[in-house]
Amino acid sequence: MSGVRVLVGTRKGAFVLSADGKRKRWTVSGPHFGGWEIYHVKGSPADPNRLYASQSNGWFGQLIQRSDDGGKTWEPVGNQFAYDGVPGTHQWYDGTPHPWEFKRVWHLEPSLTDPDFVYAGIEDAALFRSRDGGKTWDELSGLRTHRSGPHWQPGAGGMCLHTIIEDPTDPSRIYIAISAAGAFRTDDAGKTWRAINRGLRSAQIPDQDAEVGHCVHHIAMHWSRPDVLFMQKHWDVMRSDDAGGTWREVSGNLPSDFGFAIDIHAHEPDTVYVVPIKSDSEHYPPDGKLRVYRSRSGGNEWEPLTKGLPQRDCYVNVLRDAMAVDSLDACGVYFGTTGGQVYASADAGDSWTPVVRDLPAVLSVEVQTLS
Amino acid sequence: MIRVVLPTHLRTLAHVGGEVTLEVEGQATQRSVLDALEARYPVLRGTIRDHGTQQRRAFVRFFACQEDLSHEMPDAALPEAVAMGTEPFLVVGAMAGG
Repeated sequence: MSGVRVLVGTRKGAFVLSADGKRKRWTVSGPHFGGWEIYHVKGSPADPNRLYASQSNGWFGQLIQRSDDGGKTWEPVGNQFAYDGVPGTHQWYDGTPHPWEFKRVWHLEPSLTDPDFVYAGIEDAALFRSRDGGKTWDELSGLRTHRSGPHWQPGAGGMCLHTIIEDPTDPSRIYIAISAAGAFRTDDAGKTWRAINRGLRSAQIPDQDAEVGHCVHHIAMHWSRPDVLFMQKHWDVMRSDDAGGTWREVSGNLPSDFGFAIDIHAHEPDTVYVVPIKSDSEHYPPDGKLRVYRSRSGGNEWEPLTKGLPQRDCYVNVLRDAMAVDSLDACGVYFGTTGGQVYASADAGDSWTPVVRDLPAVLSVEVQTLS
Repeated sequence: MIRVVLPTHLRTLAHVGGEVTLEVEGQATQRSVLDALEARYPVLRGTIRDHGTQQRRAFVRFFACQEDLSHEMPDAALPEAVAMGTEPFLVVGAMAGG
């Protein structure tokens, strides 16, 4: 029988929410790693029992945990993320050179084909990979040593590499995004990278059309159409139809085009979801109404999805990695809030139900569809 | 024999309940005690000291005999009471966060 497993990372531990294919009755396990910040938990597409979790806190640093039984038990694996060579400097908030320093792992992206192969996106921005199930990590330093690297600056949340997308049709092609450097693509499995930010415009930087310096919040790709990307930028929802070569704005009629999360329907590559947030200085939904917006036309025309979501006095945020979709016949959509709710929709967003209401602030949500 | 008390999160990681007791070769110093601790519990590598520089993490403190030893040199001798095992060496998560 089919089912889903929702992997939730929070400020104070990880939680695993499980349901059968109807997605009506849920069991909750956790907290796993109670008291630690869990920035991300993700399962291997090649082996759904293999999970990786990023565990950190300000006192004792970074750990990586691995489960081989779907999250029932966990084992700490390697936690040494050493930059390749002398890492040099990037720009600090005040424009002065600042040494590259490892802070934490924001995102773990298991390979599409090998459960032991996993990428890690870290702060200060760099891409690492493990080929032995997380025991050892080495940097794909061609990204950090991109000629623009010394000019990258942190966003308010730190200079984090938060998005890693593998092209299912070409294992050499990977997309990544960094706040606040922008988006980059490799076509040779990480040896060399090109900035893919043409068409992005950011009023917060001196040259609004600069090659780098854009605060990309998240990118989504549908597996069936790997050249088409949707991006939630700091402000603006963007679309590329040429693998990031150029971008055009598709914010259309959104009540605010600021936001963090973005995702795509599992079976409809032109159906896109975002959660508009009022502004970069407020970080809560417009008008106190928590609304997911859905476009069925690949952007520009958006409809609010409100059934089951609070429509008054709601001032939570939905962070960049805190939305995911399952691949059941009626696509399930999930998102978590900084208020500790995880909402689920078993009908592609038409209606929503809170699976849990009182978790710690949710940092990430991923879904595994189990057969 | 050196007695070491770990903070809750590190006890959980290392799967230990109370104090840890360690045999330390040569003089008891912060470095030799932490080397022995990490050799016994490899999961603690990187959680007390930086992997590369071996420097104490900013929000970790070392106490013993009612003294803060955090700023002592890593190779300085620990108090005799710690070396003799009559007092524990405390690894402490600093008060931080309000």
